[in-house]
Amino acid sequence: MVTLTINGRQHELDVPEQMPLLWALRDVVRLTGTKFGCGIAQCGACTVHLDGEAVRACVTPVSQAQDREITTIEGIADDAVGSRVQRAWLELGVAQCGYCQSGQIMGAAALLKQTASPSDEQIVEAMDGNLCRCGTYSRIRQAIHRAAEHGEESA
Amino acid sequence: MTTHRDTLLLANVSRRHVLKGLAASSALVIAARWSPLLADDEASYGAEAMPHGWVDDPNVFIRIDEDGTVTVVNHRAEMGQGIRTSLVMVAADELGADWQQVKVEQAPGDEETYGNQNTDGSRSMRHAFDPMRRAAAAARTMLEQAAAEQWQVPVDECQAGVHVVIHAASGRELGFGELAAAASQLPVPERDSLTLKPRNEWRYIGRDNVADDVPLAIDGEDIVTGRARYGADIHLDDMRYAVIARPPVYGAQLASVDDSAALEVPGVVRVVEVPGVGQPAGFAPLGGVAVIAENTWAAIQGRDALDIEWDLDAAGDNADYDSDAYREALEQAATAAGRVIRERGDIDAALDQAEQHLEATYYMPHMAQAPIEPPVALARIVDGKAEVWAPVQHPQAAREGIAEQLGIALEDVTVHATLLGGGFGRKSKPDFMLEASYLSQALDGRPVRVQWTREDDLHHAYFHAVSVDRLEAGLDTEGKALGWRHRTLSPSIASLFAPDPEHKQDFELGMGFTTVPFDIPAMRLENPDASAHVRIGWFRAVYNLPHAFAIQSFAAEMAAAAGRDHRDYLLELLGPARQIDPRDVNDSWNYGEDPARYPIDIGRLRGVIERATEAAEWQRERPAGRGLGLAVHHSFAAYAAVVFDVAVNDAGEVTIHSADIAFDCGPQINPERIRSQMEGSCIMGIGIALHSEITAREGRIEQDNFHQFRITRLSHTPHEIRVHLINDDPELALGGVGEPGLPPVAPALCNAIYAATGKRIRRLPVGDQLAG
Repeated sequence: MVTLTINGRQHELDVPEQMPLLWALRDVVRLTGTKFGCGIAQCGACTVHLDGEAVRACVTPVSQAQDREITTIEGIADDAVGSRVQRAWLELGVAQCGYCQSGQIMGAAALLKQTASPSDEQIVEAMDGNLCRCGTYSRIRQAIHRAAEHGEESA
Repeated sequence: MTTHRDTLLLANVSRRHVLKGLAASSALVIAARWSPLLADDEASYGAEAMPHGWVDDPNVFIRIDEDGTVTVVNHRAEMGQGIRTSLVMVAADELGADWQQVKVEQAPGDEETYGNQNTDGSRSMRHAFDPMRRAAAAARTMLEQAAAEQWQVPVDECQAGVHVVIHAASGRELGFGELAAAASQLPVPERDSLTLKPRNEWRYIGRDNVADDVPLAIDGEDIVTGRARYGADIHLDDMRYAVIARPPVYGAQLASVDDSAALEVPGVVRVVEVPGVGQPAGFAPLGGVAVIAENTWAAIQGRDALDIEWDLDAAGDNADYDSDAYREALEQAATAAGRVIRERGDIDAALDQAEQHLEATYYMPHMAQAPIEPPVALARIVDGKAEVWAPVQHPQAAREGIAEQLGIALEDVTVHATLLGGGFGRKSKPDFMLEASYLSQALDGRPVRVQWTREDDLHHAYFHAVSVDRLEAGLDTEGKALGWRHRTLSPSIASLFAPDPEHKQDFELGMGFTTVPFDIPAMRLENPDASAHVRIGWFRAVYNLPHAFAIQSFAAEMAAAAGRDHRDYLLELLGPARQIDPRDVNDSWNYGEDPARYPIDIGRLRGVIERATEAAEWQRERPAGRGLGLAVHHSFAAYAAVVFDVAVNDAGEVTIHSADIAFDCGPQINPERIRSQMEGSCIMGIGIALHSEITAREGRIEQDNFHQFRITRLSHTPHEIRVHLINDDPELALGGVGEPGLPPVAPALCNAIYAATGKRIRRLPVGDQLAG
């Protein structure tokens, strides 16, 4: 049995310890907002937070996620930064197909927790591993700046 | 073409209609259905010419509940282009509905009911705008009639306002919800009697809403909260999870499999052989071995543990396919004449008497569509009826394929289209859905989800065709073009459905090759043979990509050889504003559209060039190592020009400062989503230019994942992308949006690299060609 704390709730899972968190979330807990895109940490669609830090769930065994706070896209609205990111995403109409956007939003929220007002270079450094085939990058960059501004307004 | 029913209030859209004994059809039949578009059939164009045409029945597309909720049924695939929002904007405006009381419902695959649903070819708005407007106008007319009857006043005194019908003379009004039941009893008005709203009464169409407080994006909230449902997000009780080991070479078959280790993997429950059809594969599964498990991870591990022998003899010479050797062979073949597609004047004489003779050969490699959501499908079979959930661009093809595969009637196959996590042409081929239905049948109808991994997606795509394009031009002493010879060589998509024709089809050549818009006294266009060795399929903008890359690069080379400004030279090649009937340049296809309504408009090509170059300050001098590049292209009934401003440093690294994209698709229904499509095309095109390549050795694809098949990242995103939408002219016929922004991107970028460095890129991707 593996015990995971996901979005503030405890879940007991009967899965092998080496099962990637992605598949535990999607197939077992059935939180499907976290997406599969590559399986080898090359696209970022599966990005979730472990204790507030962005990790790729597709290469994170559930054993490494035990005893840590797991936050997924379904829980990010409860976080002040996360909720500002979601709002900025909607204001700028970032999403096209939307499939990669859970990972983009989780990546952006983790960045803004670390760096309240990141430069373009810092955004690239944090987000260059989050792929988007629709090509929404320029709006992602703008939306991160917008979310940072919202943060300053509320500070 | 349309069906009429006489009530407005709809039952659930998933209700079944009695179908007219339509026989299940194979992929070959689907291919044959292109023929009306390819044949010289002048009577039928546009939506009319598509299988199952269009439907404008309000009963099919609009439902009004008694609480006033208006439900608009979207019958097209949503893959990021925003059609679920845009079609609702159209319906809401024509009906007079308030956005806050409108919702969208996704239609199942059912072309008899909804008309054509094949979401491909940048056609959705082009073909659905008028029918959806008529459906909504008919519904509005019925609401007005119902109000008139209730108030006992003439109907022409009753007018729909915002979600109400108003009798101005008495100041009375009734909400849509209050009128819905009575309206539903009225006959649907005759199409000819409908009055469409004037443009100045539109509240949503044409709204460029990014800056507004309430963005209209209908799925926006669901996407940012993780609630949006894509192909792999549907859960059914007792479902199983499958991944499939497919033949590594196109046409190879399973020889033998040892599954003992796979069955030892915890969670693996069964191993099932999947038959393949060989070549041509059409939309049928490639075959292989499926590992069925209790979760996806166990299935992936189980597949890794399979020990498989493949029969490569079945693949014929595909097992020797080497994409580098193939490029060389095509380049060699391009030196000899081929089938003549179009001819004007005496090309040999023109090239002989030219002062300068230019020649260049361009190459674009295979690519995979690689949507971030890989193919995935969930199927179950209950009482002989199949139900499939999948992200699919072409649900009718899926229904037909599954019906044939299972030997059941078309009406016994239900296809639920989920949101697509990107399509780009990959998901117009429903092979992954046929795999799921096959496996469900093998498991006695139990629900089975087939999940493709990224490796599966790259190894077994329906690849963008490689293309070699060889161009020659003769210039006079002034640098003016006297002659133009273009030979294009690519395997054809037709090879997917029938024995390989080994040359491009009219519709493939009509994507910017036959239709080259230059006004040159002598021109000769040829298409030498090329054969297919992998599955070839549609990739966003399709053959427009290599044609635009070659033509727009070569035009810049000609300008440089003539010592002329590229923009001025390009305008001169195009000649004066005029309209060309595609038939007059031997193009019988014209994207399926009426050549009278959709001529090739040189004025509009000039217009986008002028707008993009003006915005980019084309005349302003740039420092050393920095340059501007321009390209223009007409495709999918729209016009796009791109100017890039780039810098290249000594290490050969490209920095993209800005992109100015001028786009003319005629009337702009949802400008905000048009902008986003242009931005996305720009990003995808940068990847095509700089990074993206699929290669094959011994018939096997060499790229496994995104570290090898590289697509654009944030770090190669222009610092600024400026989109300039022009010609929102209601008199023009609607153009496409999803694809036409892409073709000019790669040549514009390569022209900018040339301007910055003097280095001409003729072989894509750029890769490390600029290093050192």
